[in-house]
Amino acid sequence: MSLLEVKDLQVRVEEREILHGLSLTVNPGQVHAIMGPNGSGKSTLSHVIAGKPGYEVTGGQILFKGEDLLEMEPNERAAKGVFLAFQYPVEIPGVTTWNFLHAALNAQRKARGEDEISSPAFLKKVREVAKSLNIPQDMLKRGVNVGFSGGEKKRNEILQMALFEPAVCILDEMDSGLDIDALRIAADGVNALRSPERAMVVITHYQRLLNYIVPDVVHVMSKGRVVKSGGKELALELEESGYAQFEDAA
Amino acid sequence: MNVVAKTETGRALSDAFAVARDRLPGKGKIADQRRQAFDAYERLGLPHRRIEDWKYTDLRALMREVLPLAPAPDAAALGRAAAAVKLRAIDGVRRLVLVDGAFAADLSDLGNLDKGLTIRPLREVLDAGDGALSTQAIATDVSNPMIALNGAMATDGVVIEVADGTVLVQPLHIVHVASGTAPASMFTRSLLRLGRDAGVTLVESYLAGEGAKAYQAHDGLIVSIGDNARLDHVRLIEDSVDAFNISSATVSLGAHAHFNTFGLTSGGHVSRYQLTVTCAGEGSKVETNGVNLINGTQHADTTLFMDHAVPHCASREIFRAVVDDRAHSVFQGRIIVRPDAQKTDAKMMTRALLLSDDAEADNKPELEIFADDVTCGHGATTGALDESLLFYMRARGLPEKEAQALLIQAFVGEAIESIASDALREVAIATAQRWLEARA
Ligand SMILES: Nc1ncnc2c1ncn2[C@@H]1O[C@H](COP(=O)(O)OP(=O)(O)OP(=O)(O)O)[C@@H](O)[C@H]1O
Ligand SMILES: [Mg+2]
Repeated sequence: MSLLEVKDLQVRVEEREILHGLSLTVNPGQVHAIMGPNGSGKSTLSHVIAGKPGYEVTGGQILFKGEDLLEMEPNERAAKGVFLAFQYPVEIPGVTTWNFLHAALNAQRKARGEDEISSPAFLKKVREVAKSLNIPQDMLKRGVNVGFSGGEKKRNEILQMALFEPAVCILDEMDSGLDIDALRIAADGVNALRSPERAMVVITHYQRLLNYIVPDVVHVMSKGRVVKSGGKELALELEESGYAQFEDAA
Repeated sequence: MNVVAKTETGRALSDAFAVARDRLPGKGKIADQRRQAFDAYERLGLPHRRIEDWKYTDLRALMREVLPLAPAPDAAALGRAAAAVKLRAIDGVRRLVLVDGAFAADLSDLGNLDKGLTIRPLREVLDAGDGALSTQAIATDVSNPMIALNGAMATDGVVIEVADGTVLVQPLHIVHVASGTAPASMFTRSLLRLGRDAGVTLVESYLAGEGAKAYQAHDGLIVSIGDNARLDHVRLIEDSVDAFNISSATVSLGAHAHFNTFGLTSGGHVSRYQLTVTCAGEGSKVETNGVNLINGTQHADTTLFMDHAVPHCASREIFRAVVDDRAHSVFQGRIIVRPDAQKTDAKMMTRALLLSDDAEADNKPELEIFADDVTCGHGATTGALDESLLFYMRARGLPEKEAQALLIQAFVGEAIESIASDALREVAIATAQRWLEARA
């Protein structure tokens, strides 16, 4: 069974249709890359998969392990293993990263009927992950993303992904705002999570990221549709010729 | 002539006062003081919305009448009170318990008083006829009908004196408990005098015994803080959701004195807390912090009057209201800087978080500045929880109520953090936590 199946998805925001029948099938172990011009609907797709309010699904389906994802609350989706690394992670003043991650992890475990993780065990786990991503400990004591640089916010997203061990990871422009070293560290973090059971959907504008996280499938999105899919060489092609040819196709 | 005072309710209370008089401690001058206070109340009647200070808290509509005095607690009442006290016991404090408006010696801890500390029930002080102290304890602002009524009717309370240079390590905890199942009023009045260089932490909490519902707690606290002395003050209103809590505190600070006060209202159907603080000595410092956590049809009013009478004093107010359902939060903050009070530094910041469309938060800051060389300011915001933050948190697996709870805790955190004692900060956090868990 495919892990994530988006079928003919139609989505409106404030009376305007943004996605016009988008389909995407992601199997376990695969890495999919989605590329496409600004405003083509990439973030909209990721938000609808994660369950952000404000989007009206007027047609189509999203199945996760065969279950209807659109029927679930965002937190249920997270507990089942859907993870979105946000293009623009928000700042949450007054809620320490530490507390937030602990509460979130335990909420997910509780929803799955697992035991809560104790503070010491959690501490150990976060420390290990933070270290592997070069995230200093004191960042975890600060409010979630408060005063973090753009790159630090992105690394914090990868940290969460590593901590929650989701089944499907959607990475919305995780490379934007990262310097070259940070990009490599973050990409290593993502690659470390690649496994035969897990799938990744990597949204990016730049071929460079795909040198680090090598995709199995590349999709081109334009005007709310997938207009072309191919192997990793499609990304290189795009780097050469741009999106113009696809805009006509859409 | 005030027509309203002659209504049924007015007459009923008038009769009640006549009946109650025999139960009220203090003869001679004290009795005269009470009579005058009661006359002042009768002239003004229950405050209503056309009186500016009570615009948002119309007691005539909300409370309608003042209930008769609660009977003195019997053994069963004391038993119910003891259970309520135990449930909310704070470790390491010296507990002073008032049940149904009467000092409960058996539930209180008056043993091994620190050197320089004197604690007596108000009733004892008034009965002893101790001149100046009695007069100060029962002193009344006759322009405020509810404070006047409290002075007229107070049956008991605690009188605490802390000698010069005495710094108490152990916090004092005055617990007000309503034990009775029959609706009734309790009137208490307490006095705290800190000598120069003294230091005290005072906690006050308001609780309901099992079955106590629609009672009225009328309380007044009078505080004088000597030169260079410090008072840390924490108030927790956890009354029953049908109860009325009408209370006031009048605090005056000497030179270089420091007053840090924090109030949390999560209980009570209608509460009104009027805090009047006077910086009477140069270089004194005041930190006033408050949190309302209310839902259902609760109404919680904090009215602050900050009086800068002398130069070089600083005051900070941080107030946070979290209002759910059809609840109504009121914050009125009036800062007056008198002509002599140069170099005053006064700031007030209030924020309200509305968790439902029907929730209401009224905020009325007033700055009256008569000195020219001062730093004064105030700010206020009202809003809902940020949807984008909520979504981010839910996308990480937190159910909506849990995500809200974390954001609410963060919102009230700044005010709670102002509590100096770690242990009491934890108590306030636990109280807030209880409220959050109850709504989850
Ligand atoms: N809340 C909203 N209200 C109105 N329009 C919206 C809203 N959200 C998205 N849109 C519109 O939907 C379209 C798709 O936006 P989306 O953010 O999904 O694009 P994107 O492919 O992620 O672009 P980028 O590469 O710049 O991140 C845009 O035209 C955008 O303006
Ligand atoms: Mg985008």
